[in-house]
Amino acid sequence: MDHLDALEAESIFILRESYKKLGKLGMLWSIGKDSTVLLWLAKKAFFGHCPFPFIHVDTKHKIPAMIEYRDKIAKEFNIDLIVHTNEEAIKQGMGPHCGRLNCCKALKTDGLQQVVTKYEFDGLILGIRSDEEGSRSKERVFSERNKDSEWDYTNQAPELWDQFKTDFPKGNHIRVHPILHWNEIDIWTYIQRENIPLIDLYFAKDGERYRSLGCAECTGKIKSNAVTIDQIIEELKVTTTGERAGRAQDQEDSYAMQKLRKDGYM
Amino acid sequence: MENTREVLRIVTVGHVDHGKSTVIGRLLYDTKSLPEGAIDKVKKIAKETGKPFEYAYLLDAFEEEQKQGITIDTTSLQFHTAMRDYVIIDAPGHVEFLKNMITGAASAEAALLIIDAEEGIQEQSKRHGYILSLLGIKQVYVVVNKMDLIDYNEEKFNVIKEQMNDFLANLNVHPLKYIPISAFYGENLTSKSKKLSWYTGETVLEALDLFTQETGLEAKPLRLPIQDVYKFDNRRIIAGRIEAGSLKIGDEILISPSNRTTKVKSIEAFVEKDMVDTLSAGMSVGITLEDEFFNKRGEVISHKKDAPLVSDLFKTNIFWMGKNNFVKGKKYKIKLVTQEVECEIIAFNKVIDATTLGTYENALEAKTNDVAEVTIRTKEKICFDKFSDNQNTGRFVIVDGYDVSGGGIISGLAKPNEIIATSFSKNEVELPINCFDEYYYDIKASEVKRKLAKATQYSIGQDVPCIGSSYDFKENFDVIALNVSLVAKIRGGKLVDITSIGKYSYAPIAIINESGFGINISSKKDLLEYIIDYQKGVNDIFANKWLDFTKYRTIKFTSTIQGILEYEI
Repeated sequence: MDHLDALEAESIFILRESYKKLGKLGMLWSIGKDSTVLLWLAKKAFFGHCPFPFIHVDTKHKIPAMIEYRDKIAKEFNIDLIVHTNEEAIKQGMGPHCGRLNCCKALKTDGLQQVVTKYEFDGLILGIRSDEEGSRSKERVFSERNKDSEWDYTNQAPELWDQFKTDFPKGNHIRVHPILHWNEIDIWTYIQRENIPLIDLYFAKDGERYRSLGCAECTGKIKSNAVTIDQIIEELKVTTTGERAGRAQDQEDSYAMQKLRKDGYM
Repeated sequence: MENTREVLRIVTVGHVDHGKSTVIGRLLYDTKSLPEGAIDKVKKIAKETGKPFEYAYLLDAFEEEQKQGITIDTTSLQFHTAMRDYVIIDAPGHVEFLKNMITGAASAEAALLIIDAEEGIQEQSKRHGYILSLLGIKQVYVVVNKMDLIDYNEEKFNVIKEQMNDFLANLNVHPLKYIPISAFYGENLTSKSKKLSWYTGETVLEALDLFTQETGLEAKPLRLPIQDVYKFDNRRIIAGRIEAGSLKIGDEILISPSNRTTKVKSIEAFVEKDMVDTLSAGMSVGITLEDEFFNKRGEVISHKKDAPLVSDLFKTNIFWMGKNNFVKGKKYKIKLVTQEVECEIIAFNKVIDATTLGTYENALEAKTNDVAEVTIRTKEKICFDKFSDNQNTGRFVIVDGYDVSGGGIISGLAKPNEIIATSFSKNEVELPINCFDEYYYDIKASEVKRKLAKATQYSIGQDVPCIGSSYDFKENFDVIALNVSLVAKIRGGKLVDITSIGKYSYAPIAIINESGFGINISSKKDLLEYIIDYQKGVNDIFANKWLDFTKYRTIKFTSTIQGILEYEI
């Protein structure tokens, strides 16, 4: 087994644990590379089946190509897809002009909380990775949230030997992070090895490409000529910029992500 | 494609403020493993908080961590050398975050134990050393940091080396190297230091490449714990991760503890390329079996000739991280691979203060951050191996309520006759007692403590200790133990008889229960009422009505409780 085989086996083990141990389960799908890898891993874990719904929290500010791609893949992969928008906030005109962190909180955090409450999820599977940013580097694989989706990050449960937090009071839910220990290059190497279909926004056009996908107004492109996965991997090996450097909300405050994620952000 | 590079996971452990995060931060900085802006961000934070620049902030991402200058939770970061990739895990050093330290260290294959050259060996240096031994991490370097504070002195370095070697040798941890450094000034971390010219060994970075990756799980006997059974379509797929060994189509297999045998019919996968002939350790797999028994999660598949141990009684070494103490007799849940079952501790053979190695034999509980040797009984039989034979199937966690509160490793099977409890016995009849335990009031802690009597079996005709330092039952008394429906009679200081409660008739002498509490019985009628009330249920109302703690007992004041509770090893 090589390094990638080991990561895959671990992720599949985690997915199967969550399916067995956490009552009502849903998987967050943001259309990006990480959650698409997660989709693929779920197919592998359950032998071609997806025994839980996928959830897309649509902020109505996404890059339009993402929505087109979402609907195409959902059909091809036969996914049970829940699309949810915080309509109330949209009606009131919520957008990045109201302050980026306020916007993320309303359209993503609160939107997600509404889904959890509406469908009474006990577990949510998310494709976050520890190398993305500081507060995610402190995460557990099974990470408990209270009924308001809050994360008590100063008092996290111990997690050892793949024995996860599967006992918790009703009303709380567990965020499951099956690819927490993958890094950005692992993701790309795996996409190439498994030949996983991917949205073309990641590949360079006119000397630019997206390295991380999000809402149109808050996600910047990077200068790049990488049009193949090999070229992307080569680019990542020498880059000195962070993966989320193009995500404007991260730069708002030294602890922006910690603050957002404490309230239940993904 | 370069996707086969080896990845090694290392953890830094040690006492608070000895520089674990600084070692990592500086290592990442010197090897240029940090993204652009990371250093600038830290400089900005240092300026905002008015504190000096700290490499540690690169890891201590939480606001609380940076403002207080401590590591609260574990982090991992990646860097690489020409030889391989590393995941380096930073673990907190404060005792109150021990559970986070264990979370970080449990996934590591090798460890750097960091010691401050000026402060020397401290409480957490020792406790973390102990935890490493329980986690089975054998590859350890001791890194003596802040050598600048002792003028890079070789003698002082050697003193720390000797002291630590003595301590760790007791735990069967044998550090492969002792490396003197100054992380803040970058001395001997990634390049040789002129200030440490007397030191001829490797730098930290060079030494990391000398750690070896553990292999050999594939060569061990097959262990495939069933994780789940799927029936999404016409196949009935047994899913699980192979913890050790390997498996082929057609193999004859044994399913434990149900003890059934069958053959592997097929190997299942979503994509064609994963449908291999042989499955081996580490893989998350799916198989179908020739005979479709009612298989369920928790059962373990092995080859017949190398089956796992199956028992409901075993000896373990545990570390306790729970908020509540770990107590004898309470029901907990044990999770061992995919098995989950109710369990209880039937003996604390030894509770060890991990920092002094002081031991308490025959204790009643283990406190937060204690380590202990305990005998566990599970409600049903489970499958396991000794930790020394197979790490993956020889370790477990204990869940108290909603929380994973302890972890442990199995040292072997326990035999029922090894568990000696204090009791009165007559032929085959046994009446377990706690009436000779002593009660103390610890003046310093303002707490009542109980010391268990040394485990002894008293048989008919034998003298019993009628008078202790906190009790006096006189020479003639009866012990009514309704939990086992027996009565023991003590006459002239000797055990003279044990009878069933049905044959017992009231006599006007001292009457106690099995714990040595006086029972308020002064007539035949009282006795009858006492039995009826007992059968209705034991609760506080029952106890306050019938039991009198002070009738034959007292609580002795003491200011030397440690000395009283502690036994010599």
